[in-house]
Amino acid sequence: MKFKFWGVRGSIPTPGPQTVKYGGNTTCIEIRTNRNELIILDAGTGIHALAQTLLRDMPITAHIFITHTHWDHIQGLPFFLPIFFKNNRINLYGGQDPVTDENINRALSAQLQYSYFPIHEAQLKARIDYLTVRPGETVSVGSARITPIILNHPVLNFGYRVDCDGASLFFTGDFESPINIYQPEDDNYASYRGFLLEKHQEIIEAMQDVDALIVDSSYTDEEYATRLGWGHGTYRSGIKLASEANAKRLFLTHHEPTRTDADLDLIYRDLLEQHPRFADKLFIAREGLEVCF
Amino acid sequence: MLSSEHAELVALVEKMPAFPKSVQRVVQLTSNIDVSAKEIVQVIECDPVLTVKILKVINSAFYGLSQKINSVQRAVVHIGLNTVKNLAMSVAAMGMLKNSNQANFSATAFLLHALTTAAISRKLAERAGLSQQECSDSFVAGLLHDFGKVVFAEFMPERFRLALAKSREDNVSLHLTELEFIGINHAEAGTLLAEKWGLSELLIEAIRHHHGRPVNAFGECLFAANQISKHLHFGDAGNPVVEAFPEAIADRFGMPLEALIEDLGDLRFMLKEAELFVKL
Repeated sequence: MKFKFWGVRGSIPTPGPQTVKYGGNTTCIEIRTNRNELIILDAGTGIHALAQTLLRDMPITAHIFITHTHWDHIQGLPFFLPIFFKNNRINLYGGQDPVTDENINRALSAQLQYSYFPIHEAQLKARIDYLTVRPGETVSVGSARITPIILNHPVLNFGYRVDCDGASLFFTGDFESPINIYQPEDDNYASYRGFLLEKHQEIIEAMQDVDALIVDSSYTDEEYATRLGWGHGTYRSGIKLASEANAKRLFLTHHEPTRTDADLDLIYRDLLEQHPRFADKLFIAREGLEVCF
Repeated sequence: MLSSEHAELVALVEKMPAFPKSVQRVVQLTSNIDVSAKEIVQVIECDPVLTVKILKVINSAFYGLSQKINSVQRAVVHIGLNTVKNLAMSVAAMGMLKNSNQANFSATAFLLHALTTAAISRKLAERAGLSQQECSDSFVAGLLHDFGKVVFAEFMPERFRLALAKSREDNVSLHLTELEFIGINHAEAGTLLAEKWGLSELLIEAIRHHHGRPVNAFGECLFAANQISKHLHFGDAGNPVVEAFPEAIADRFGMPLEALIEDLGDLRFMLKEAELFVKL
């Protein structure tokens, strides 16, 4: 199994001279099994560059798993060029939103409305199938097994564990570890803490011993102090997850949009200094970075 | 009541609005981006309709949880505060229950009965030495035990009005006159809905037997709390009859109803807390 980052930015694409090294496209990760099956995690703007590489191999079959439907994770879907060519098969996987009861087809059809895009959903030539995934239920894609788990974000968000070819990967999508809504002096504090611990344990088990852990680490501790509840993790929380889950390699992603290449270089240097145990297993995700197991 | 009417009832309840004060609070709280999470959760926990909506989602087949969840707080941990908040907003957007309806059934008085029964039920569960989780679940049982009555008032007001009137005039238990005029009583209707919504067996059985013979200590606490709330005239859910404790329940608490009320001390603070929450 191997994987490659095509988009590592959070919230909004950030092209420009300050983001050349790490890249300005929003989230997209390509996974290839040893049998060359194609799995894509999220369809941010990075999926457009990935699509260019697929044209020569058409017809293709692609399995796209969406963590959640915020723009930066779906915005590239209408630009995933294989949808416009017949004989391609696209399987789009995602959750059923508990508030709207909408399934993942809504992510594409909403974007392909007359006001927003020149081509209508009915005009797509590829065969597109929409599949609803459920937390804890493993989906088989060729030789790979993909298991979703709900991770806290302001909308339904799945973290996906991918097991294949004797290797494993876990991607959080966007994730903020939930905090206790009660104060220590409140009656409900202790019981809520129990619920949080139980959920945390479930999350660590889902990530346990993965070869690659890819986590949303948008913020520094200082930034996080004013962004509680926004749904994103920190560099510190990413490292904590990797330690507890015994992940072999940790990739920090979903870079905050104002973060420049120089900022990320500096943050990386500081993290390596503060966490010498992670010297050979900590990485900042950047567009084009490919990892083989 | 025919089985086709059962199905219709279940469908109608999906569109049932929440209680006025909680709708007002949800709208008020959710217009503030910095709303305190615990305030939102408290509003949901004190409104039967909002509570049911959240429990229905978290216990749906979609989540495939091995254990049923009776706690709004636990649902928040599982699906996230913002999702729970938006579920509450979607219920609030349906409007609000009218305080007076064609059945002459007061939503405010009902909610006072539900909330005080919930608080007393939790207190009794603690006294009976039930687990921490069962104690917190017994609050939910108290809140939801008479849910069937709100449904009757909303969707079959004329027949429910007759049942309420006969119960009051003849001093007969409301669940008996409901059977006469509606063909199903509120405990049965509540059970039917709780089953449909995938609530836990513990809650379903407690609701089913809250006028009969409870099958466990949890149900006995609910039965007793309901009688205590009625005896003390905390709110009013339309039933004038206070039932004596069956032998099993008297044995559970080691005394009959009046002695238990005496033993529990002054419970008026529970009514005051409920009034604070309910009054507009």
